[in-house]
Amino acid sequence: MHDATQDSMQEYFHALADHMQSLTHAGEITTAWLAAETSDFVRFNKSAVRQAMNIRQIALTLALIAGDRRIEVRSTLAGRLADDRATLAALLAQLRDDLPQVPVDPYLMIAREVQSGSQIAPNALPDPQQVIECVLAAGRGRDLVGFYAGGPVMRGFANSLGQRNWHESASFELGWSNYLRGDKAVKSSYAGTRWDDVTFADKARFAAEQLARLGDAPKALQPGTYRAYFTPTAMNEFLGALAWGGLGTKSQRTRQSTLMRLHDGESTLHPAVTLRERVAGGMAPGFQAEGYVKPAEVLLVEHGRPIATLTSPRSAREYGMESNAANAMEMPDSLVLDPGLLAQSDVLAALDTGLYISNLWYLNYSDRQACRLTGMTRFASFWVENGRIAAPLPVMRFDDTIYRILGSRLEALTRGQELVPDGDTYGERSTRSVRTPGALVGAFTLTL
Amino acid sequence: MTEQIERDFLAAAPAVDFCALRLVDETAENLTVRQDVPEAPKRSIDRGAMVTVIERGGLGYAATSDVSAAGLRDALDRARRYAQFTAGRSVADYGAIAMPRPAGRYATPVRDAAERLSLAERFELLMQVSRAAKIDARIVDWDASLWETRTRQLYLTADGARAEQDFAFMVPTISATAHADGETQSRSSAGRYNGFCQQGGLEVLDHARFRDDAPRVAHEALQLLAAPNCPSGRMDLLLMPDQMMLQIHESIGHPLELDRILGDERNFAGTSFVTPGMFGSYRYGSDLLDVTFDPTRTEQFASYAFDDDGSPAQREYIIRNGILERPLGGAVSQARAGMAGVANARACSWNRPPIDRMANLNVEPGRSTLQDMIASIELGVMMRTNASWSIDDSRNKFQFGCEYGQMIRNGKLAEVVRNPNYRGISATFWRSLAMVGDASTFEVMGTPYCGKGEPAQVIRVGHASPACRFGDIDVFGGAA
Repeated sequence: MHDATQDSMQEYFHALADHMQSLTHAGEITTAWLAAETSDFVRFNKSAVRQAMNIRQIALTLALIAGDRRIEVRSTLAGRLADDRATLAALLAQLRDDLPQVPVDPYLMIAREVQSGSQIAPNALPDPQQVIECVLAAGRGRDLVGFYAGGPVMRGFANSLGQRNWHESASFELGWSNYLRGDKAVKSSYAGTRWDDVTFADKARFAAEQLARLGDAPKALQPGTYRAYFTPTAMNEFLGALAWGGLGTKSQRTRQSTLMRLHDGESTLHPAVTLRERVAGGMAPGFQAEGYVKPAEVLLVEHGRPIATLTSPRSAREYGMESNAANAMEMPDSLVLDPGLLAQSDVLAALDTGLYISNLWYLNYSDRQACRLTGMTRFASFWVENGRIAAPLPVMRFDDTIYRILGSRLEALTRGQELVPDGDTYGERSTRSVRTPGALVGAFTLTL
Repeated sequence: MTEQIERDFLAAAPAVDFCALRLVDETAENLTVRQDVPEAPKRSIDRGAMVTVIERGGLGYAATSDVSAAGLRDALDRARRYAQFTAGRSVADYGAIAMPRPAGRYATPVRDAAERLSLAERFELLMQVSRAAKIDARIVDWDASLWETRTRQLYLTADGARAEQDFAFMVPTISATAHADGETQSRSSAGRYNGFCQQGGLEVLDHARFRDDAPRVAHEALQLLAAPNCPSGRMDLLLMPDQMMLQIHESIGHPLELDRILGDERNFAGTSFVTPGMFGSYRYGSDLLDVTFDPTRTEQFASYAFDDDGSPAQREYIIRNGILERPLGGAVSQARAGMAGVANARACSWNRPPIDRMANLNVEPGRSTLQDMIASIELGVMMRTNASWSIDDSRNKFQFGCEYGQMIRNGKLAEVVRNPNYRGISATFWRSLAMVGDASTFEVMGTPYCGKGEPAQVIRVGHASPACRFGDIDVFGGAA
């Protein structure tokens, strides 16, 4: 027996998958997608612990396909194989009872080519108590608020054709903000697979130095256009907005893509802009929930011009195209913006006078057709004069289009990129990430 | 099975200052027909438990999808370790907080259970709605969906408190996208985020006019295609309930959540421009503004008898005659802040701990008819159905956009306009509230998608509101 609590999760999943396969009738295909994690979450406020918890969860999405009909159920499992085999059998029986009531799906696609694989990163995470001690020490005498998330995350796929895929990694992400007063704060992060007290202490010291700058009188800004530099953290917000309905086939074919004017040839992005979905170097599994294995790379935009869109198996069938194994939402998991030529050490000089924007917040489209976004500056952002940081900025609202920010007004991308993990923990810890350089923009519109 | 879990928990609960179990058992089905093609049904069964331990002033939580006796014992051990380790390192002495000891039952009144329709009949209903949306060749995408959820919750404390609640949620949605001559416009029945959601059974579909609404949705998408952009300038703004719900949510609900005011959310969701000293005296809006926290309106999406820390829920005024009265904070936040609040410590599921959420937050009806409000406007715009929302981390500087606008000129509704947006500052916006619609304009709405917290939680909220008129607002449209 391979209970999840006693043996490896992979062995437990394979035992469940074998049971599913044995229960599958002739003419049927069954698939299973497993999402499991054991997570420690610790919240800090006022340099003390607010909430600390350990979460163990296992969920299996079981799908039954027969006669061009498909039905699925996602169910939590206990992690005890004997009980979970019985649960799986009951779920499958219920799906089998209900499948005849499901209409035929003309866009159903089934991964029939068996492509198994396994990727397991060793677990070298710290004891959360060690992290708590470090964070509380860094916050002593300060107003620190933050969040630690760490632990192993597992994703698995299996089908009754014999395919088995496994992805297991153990990582942590600590995000914390040192507050000076009101909304004046420096946000920092430390993410990885192996905790190092010295690295964290260095990051904490750098954040404290930045915080000191926020004590200066802020620069009063009027609405208008300004030169601006966006750090990779801020760029991640722009790219995250584009990922939301801008890069998928369905949104493009139904004329709803926020990059429709790019696809139609009415607008272009800057020649320095090359966007890719690249599994290697990201944090997401190399396979998706229906069992399709992702290509190493999908080139989405090259030198400012559209090349491809993310195509799920369903869209591939619907629109008569090749799938590139995108997820059902056709959102990137491992988006990469290629680097440019601007050296990090030259950023302030190249900006000369304008906005140094560390973080953006709450982006949304104010005009989807025009790919126009609104949002806020947040955390430590600064006014730069003659290549030197001169004063902190108050939070400001912007409203501008991607065709200007990454198009006509883009001046340079930095030579260095940063991997920005997606810290989302809605329901489960995200495995998405973005790798991006910083960007220098000649004119950026503030509105309020 | 629940009885066995109850016995196992009580047998395993350690001798500590406080120990509680919250068991959640939720089943859901989501059906969609897009472009008259049914998609595969998506069902879910989500069962798990969270245990809470308070010991020597420390607080620890642990959650598990293994609700066997062994699973619960393991969770209790993990929660206790965190409680012990965080003792003396926490924002408060949790042992000094009087945690509620609830007793009772609650169930959503369901008049017409969804199970009355077979799966095939539910698909047939969706197919009829979908077909009715395809009224023109320019409708290039359309869909109809039904999302039904049943949730059973059991809350126990080791010293004998017990609350059992059964909820039924129904979320119908219709959307249509029109395209012609390089322009695309989308319209939905009540927003991309399901404004017509309510508790109940198939009767919710009647409230949403679900069976008959698709032609209206598609027709308005076509109207928007031909419409000019909303003009820019300062003018009166008439917000209908399906935009009022977003306005209430972002610029009253979130800033009044007590955990934000206490700073818990500053690393992620943000802080608040509201400070503890404002309660009891701060003028939040004009004297026409009455806002209630109301968990007692049974059809509303976030009604309940007890919150997830066990506090009994009751209706409270949050803002009365424009003056701020009390924050949205549950038992723990109330104790930390030394203020009275409401029963709104809520968790999205068994795998997340309770935090302060707004639940049902409503603007009470006033005395104006819709016709009176329109007639009173010389130049203005009526906006329906939220499409875009963004607000700063203090919940002050906002910019919101709607799917559908209609100009008001000289007291009469005039041309339809597309991409209507407006911006403002929460602290002054509500003081420009000039007229509040009467009960005939009042709608009970909500959304399943309010996000907040670390770890993140997306939770159901309800917002009921009349139409409201605001004076002298900064309005603008899309790019030319």
